Amino acid sequence: MKKILKTLSFSMIAIAVAAAFSLVPAAQGQQSYAITGAKVYPVSGPPIDGATVVIRGGKITAVGKGAAIPSGAKVIDAKGLEVYPGMFNAVTEIGMNEVGAVEATVDTAELGEYNPQLVAATAVNPASAHIPVTRAEGITHVISAPGLGGRGGGGSVITGQASLFNLAGWTMDEMQVKRSAAMVVNWPVLPGGGGGGRGGGGGRGAAAGGAPSRADYDRRIAELTEWFERARHYASAMQANKNSVERDLKLEALVPVVKGDLPLFVVANQANQISEAVAYCDKQKLKMILATGTAAGEVKDLLKEKNVPVILRPTLTLLRGEDEPYDANLTLPGQLSAMGIKVAFGSYGNEFARRLSQQAGVAVAFGMSHDDALKALTINPAEMFGVGKELGTIETGKIANLIVTNGDPMELSTEVRYLFINGQLTSTDNKHKQLYEEYRKRP
Amino acid sequence: MKRGRNSLALSLCIGAFAAAAIAVCSWPSRAQTTSNVMFFKNATILTVTKGTIEHGSILVRDGKIAAVGANVQAPSDATVVDATGKFIMPGIIDCHSHIAIEGGVNEGSVSVSSMANILDVLNPEDIDIYRDLAGGVTSANILHGSANAIGGQTVVIKLRWGQPADKLVFEGALPGIKFALGENPKRSNSTILPGQVRRYPATRMGVEDVIRQAFTDAVAYKKQWDDYNRRKSAGEANLIPPRRDLTLDPLVEVLEGKRYVHSHCYVADEILMLIRVANEFGFKVRTFQHVLEGYKVAKEIAEHGAGASTFSDWWSYKMEAFDAIPYNAAIMTQKGVIVSINSDDAEEAQHLNQEAAKSMRYGGMSHDDAMKMVTINPAIQLGIEKRVGSIEVGKDADLAIYNHDPLSVFAVVQKTVIDGRIYFDRDKDIAGRPALAKEKQALLDKERQAGGGGAGRGGRSGGRGPGSEIQDREE
Repeated sequence: MKKILKTLSFSMIAIAVAAAFSLVPAAQGQQSYAITGAKVYPVSGPPIDGATVVIRGGKITAVGKGAAIPSGAKVIDAKGLEVYPGMFNAVTEIGMNEVGAVEATVDTAELGEYNPQLVAATAVNPASAHIPVTRAEGITHVISAPGLGGRGGGGSVITGQASLFNLAGWTMDEMQVKRSAAMVVNWPVLPGGGGGGRGGGGGRGAAAGGAPSRADYDRRIAELTEWFERARHYASAMQANKNSVERDLKLEALVPVVKGDLPLFVVANQANQISEAVAYCDKQKLKMILATGTAAGEVKDLLKEKNVPVILRPTLTLLRGEDEPYDANLTLPGQLSAMGIKVAFGSYGNEFARRLSQQAGVAVAFGMSHDDALKALTINPAEMFGVGKELGTIETGKIANLIVTNGDPMELSTEVRYLFINGQLTSTDNKHKQLYEEYRKRP
Repeated sequence: MKRGRNSLALSLCIGAFAAAAIAVCSWPSRAQTTSNVMFFKNATILTVTKGTIEHGSILVRDGKIAAVGANVQAPSDATVVDATGKFIMPGIIDCHSHIAIEGGVNEGSVSVSSMANILDVLNPEDIDIYRDLAGGVTSANILHGSANAIGGQTVVIKLRWGQPADKLVFEGALPGIKFALGENPKRSNSTILPGQVRRYPATRMGVEDVIRQAFTDAVAYKKQWDDYNRRKSAGEANLIPPRRDLTLDPLVEVLEGKRYVHSHCYVADEILMLIRVANEFGFKVRTFQHVLEGYKVAKEIAEHGAGASTFSDWWSYKMEAFDAIPYNAAIMTQKGVIVSINSDDAEEAQHLNQEAAKSMRYGGMSHDDAMKMVTINPAIQLGIEKRVGSIEVGKDADLAIYNHDPLSVFAVVQKTVIDGRIYFDRDKDIAGRPALAKEKQALLDKERQAGGGGAGRGGRSGGRGPGSEIQDREE
């Protein structure tokens, strides 16, 4: 409790400091920084007391006690503060969905069942109010994914490519870390899965309004297989003679998937779907990331055996089944990570994007190790999306996305005092703080 | 708690005949049977109104708090609960909940649905009662939905899991009525089917009109009854009483101060509108619910004397939530409004302590003030503050016991106590799981043997997906 009270006095200072920086960072690499005297949580190793982190050219160039401070570097005295890698929200619709109920502001779900050629980054609005609001919580980069259940096309199977980007920049070109980070597939629903229920939402693909049937499922799987096989043929034909093949944008987009370079982001909320999807990807030699909820617990041995990483549905969501233990969502991250299954957290929608670290904190309260929770917020999703060498830990050579806080980022009262994206000190000011400042002064 | 809703007698009871009939349906309480003297020993006690007591104990007699302090001794006849290292706070009070409602929460066919009463459809078997207990919630304001400018009648309950419906009702708590302003009563975000006629109102102007017209009718109706009663008591014979109007009766109670108005609202203008209408007809708005732009008109809310019950950090799910800020509670508190944090959602209710804690970061609220937002403040808003909302001698022994400071994300509820009885016990819950799993399997096997073999149940009101979640969940 004392710690919580202590943090309050910093709040006003933090706001004042933040306001002094521009909303959008300067071009990469203009300014070097040295964060000194902090307790550094590199995530790749144990915390280091009184360490220095040096940032140059957008990258982390040194970490440790007594690291040399380059000339011209701006020194940030972070004594008493803590440094963590910037947090990674592994599923959002940031930039694609501004106001959920206003259709004109939602660009998440396209019409049509198979849209591998679509790329989330195209629909991300760099001026979205969600970006600075989410960033202020210490979330420095996110995945935005198409087709998770917004308006428009509701029955898509392949919904498009998810994009990984930093939460700062003038244009998407500046922001994106990986324009194509995964191919999103809403796994078709099988009968006997216990109903979609709340927290469901994968499983589009059932006949509209009706119960899923085995025949529907088999048809869709056959279609999916045909797409992948055509993509393989396309790839080999292109390789043999580029000029002999008519360009096909959908197949072109699927080539990295069938080559095993681009992970398949499989949304499935029922255990029987997951089992089938794992077997399918295994057989097709596709790299799989599973997006699911408590169903993961029912097939955890399989997930462990096949080394399938899991992005959990928002854990602070009502349970699907009436007879699930009341804490089933909350104990799940700990159960999976204790087995060595790689776990990450996501928000799916944007309304609760800033609750990312709260999800991790609650997971710790219900049994997840603190280390595993930190990894789930940072390096785990980075590895899942193939950027484990660029992001997710505080190590020399990595992109300098990091946060300086006055405490554990999972704790509710902790504040982000400084935030770096691409090595640049980035504002934590946003619409919410501005409205607060404006209206608290109303006489 | 894991039982299916398959008791025919019970469903008939609840479905058809409302609270009076429910009373005859009873089953053994699943709350632990304990003596009427309980002693919670050696905890950090967050009394909320009388400071924090380290190494304190609470003596409970017949469901009421008999003594609190560092030097209280356990009588020999007490059941002692060792709470060493634990934190005890008053049971959480959720000022906006839709749990324990059988069927839908909205009677959406009309714009004034004040004839509908949540009391008639209380469902004591709703698993969300138990789940919210597990989040430390002991009392909740159970509201009708927000589809109507004037919605249905509301009821305050205690989460006495295992008791029949009539035992859930918070004895003596004044009933309320739900009002709703903005996009929901306008039906802005509802799907209008082809050929379907839209319901009036469709604008905020119309919402005001519906409320003003209803109170105009209520005033005239009240006058009929007042005249009748006056003439009757003057001894006049052969009088014919006015025709009862079940829609207007609750509004007359509002005019007479016998029923609280809890109004769902979002934007500043509509908040001011309702204050204006309330002043015109001479009633008070007891609470503004959600009130996400309350921070813009906190002064006017405070002047009216209304409370504000809001969300911690919800925003952007619809247009009227686009100016929502997580500093709302802090600003309104600074401007003198009694503020609570509500759930509106069975899951959110499981961590209202955490939601309250966020105001320490957003707006620099003190630990004490943050605690108040889920305890004494909602108690005041519901008019039950003499009974609950703080740990004081004479109050109901409604307590939530955590393993850490409840305003930390790492705190987990260990026990929840209502009227001195333990209704949730985390250790017992965990210990009981294997037996429940076995029982479920046995039932499934039996069903299979009987040739049922159908797909397993377990899905809730189906098919809510991400994205749509937030619109459904907010009522």
